[in-house]
Amino acid sequence: MAGITLDSLTKSYGPTEVLHHISADIEDGEFVVIVGPSGCGKSTLLRMVAGLESITSGEVSIGGKVVNTLEPADRDIAMVFQNYALYPHMTVRQNMAYGLKIRKMPKAEIDRRVQEAAEILEIAQYLDRKPRQLSGGQRQRVAMGRAIVRDPQVFLFDEPLSNLDAKLRVQMRLEIRKLQKRLGVTSIFVTHDQVEAMTLGDRLMVLNGGYVEQFGTPIELYERPASVFVAGFIGSPAMNFFRATADGLSVTLPNGAVVPTAQSARGGVICGLRPEHLVRDPSGPIEMEVELLEHLGGVTLLHGPLQGTDQQMVISLEGISEVQIGDRLRFSLPPELVHLFDAQTDRRIG
Amino acid sequence: MVENRPLLSILAHIVLLLGVAIVALPVWITIVGASHEAERMLQTPIPMLPGDQFFVNLRQTLWGSGLEGTNTAPVWMMLMNSMIMALMIAIGKIAISLLSAFAIVYFKFPFRMGFFWMIFITLMLPVEVRILPTFEVIADLGMLNSYWGLTVPLIASATATFMFRQVFLTIPDEMLESARIDGAGPMRFFWDIVIPLSRTNIAALFVILFIYGWNQYLWPLLITTDTDMMTIVVSIKQMLEAAEQSPQWNIIMMTALLAMIPPIFVVIAMQKLFVQGLTETDK
Repeated sequence: MAGITLDSLTKSYGPTEVLHHISADIEDGEFVVIVGPSGCGKSTLLRMVAGLESITSGEVSIGGKVVNTLEPADRDIAMVFQNYALYPHMTVRQNMAYGLKIRKMPKAEIDRRVQEAAEILEIAQYLDRKPRQLSGGQRQRVAMGRAIVRDPQVFLFDEPLSNLDAKLRVQMRLEIRKLQKRLGVTSIFVTHDQVEAMTLGDRLMVLNGGYVEQFGTPIELYERPASVFVAGFIGSPAMNFFRATADGLSVTLPNGAVVPTAQSARGGVICGLRPEHLVRDPSGPIEMEVELLEHLGGVTLLHGPLQGTDQQMVISLEGISEVQIGDRLRFSLPPELVHLFDAQTDRRIG
Repeated sequence: MVENRPLLSILAHIVLLLGVAIVALPVWITIVGASHEAERMLQTPIPMLPGDQFFVNLRQTLWGSGLEGTNTAPVWMMLMNSMIMALMIAIGKIAISLLSAFAIVYFKFPFRMGFFWMIFITLMLPVEVRILPTFEVIADLGMLNSYWGLTVPLIASATATFMFRQVFLTIPDEMLESARIDGAGPMRFFWDIVIPLSRTNIAALFVILFIYGWNQYLWPLLITTDTDMMTIVVSIKQMLEAAEQSPQWNIIMMTALLAMIPPIFVVIAMQKLFVQGLTETDK
């Protein structure tokens, strides 16, 4: 078992730098999710840890040992690919055993490990089938099995769930989480899905444009997003943002509404309000005209412009609301739940 | 498509039957010719139904000295020469093309694309175009009248290299990455992953190349002077004008018939893989 250290990792393609000085310490047994929009460099970062991409500058250490120049096979890692990358001409058993066979492990030991992994993943009855005879979910398990039999120090997952249908994805998500906890193997998981990231990760690294926006636990990211990007990325539906003017312990929204805050600031700010934090309050400062309703059962989403502006906002009310389209409603929220960001740098204030 | 137009289907059948007749008639005449006595084939009209001399002719063709009054090698030897040549060409071409395509697709080296285009350009230089210089080289190397001389100049193949390159490009990159993480070196990857995944394409190409090799005429004609090295396709032609006597059609037809069998056998044996190789896209 081993932790992973990234020390000022940089990746350039020719003159274009796509990853900028990424540093992070991942502890032994930790499950870290790298999350970000497509093209943010998250897969590249994972592949650099795996040894499939060269490192332009900086260092990757696994278990305290710098692995920059080691071949992928010598880094003691296992990787699960988005399209599973199973060898189509080999049976499930051969697929799982291939890496061990190359390592010249005794046959009895290979059989034992394959059997054990197959039982953990409940694919023992498919061992003699070819990958094309399996469903997407089963192939996913085989790909996991191939990683498990190696008994590596690190698991790397490159968007392994994105080829599955929604229901299976939720199920596999939980299984990966359980499995990782059970085996206690340090894992890095790349995804663009923030819900997947929040449920899987001990810690999340939010990447944007090749920079680390924030690295922290899901709750930290939700409660104290470090930037407008993280605030907008984490949480569903997304946070409402307004350009506002701060004056001590309150901010003035574009329509003149004054919202009290817990954090003192002055001048131009961006004010972020989570849809689920706004509550009905006849004397609240925030007024909205409901244009559209989404009844999701557990919650009701209200869409409409902030009163007096054309800026759309979303409010999430618990349960099935009796609100009608066209209603004008007032809302408030506790001052400590108002997020403020610097208007110039987009970074969090306080 | 379900259509009910009797006139159209009658017409279609007539066209198809005509096509079959055009293709099958020469083969039929070959079979008929191979089953009569030599004299019967010189009378007009030539017979259209098989005679009773088939096995007599077969024995004489295969194990007799072949044609009377000539010093050609027995036909079984020519069949063997042709077989060895066709196999060497097909296997040699496939082996060389697999390796060169593997190098071009999976390795980064200076002027990689330059080498690829150099190979590709040789498409414009078939044996017929470079026949004199090639003959000179083979003669200088002392390879006249040898299997190597028969096959080596025909082995280098741009077509097969290009085809395998296209096949390898369809193998997902993740397969290579996965193999690298599993610890497979380049040659291990080649044997364990690339070759099995190209199996059907190899089979399809083998069929095409075997027939290509079997049907070679000009090159063997040029470099084999020794009758022991003669291939069957060349010798059929020579039988026609042998020894200034009227052609012995029964023997010639039987030889032609024998010459058809190995390619047919290869096609039948590999048919399933051949079709898969040309149509299958699932990787």
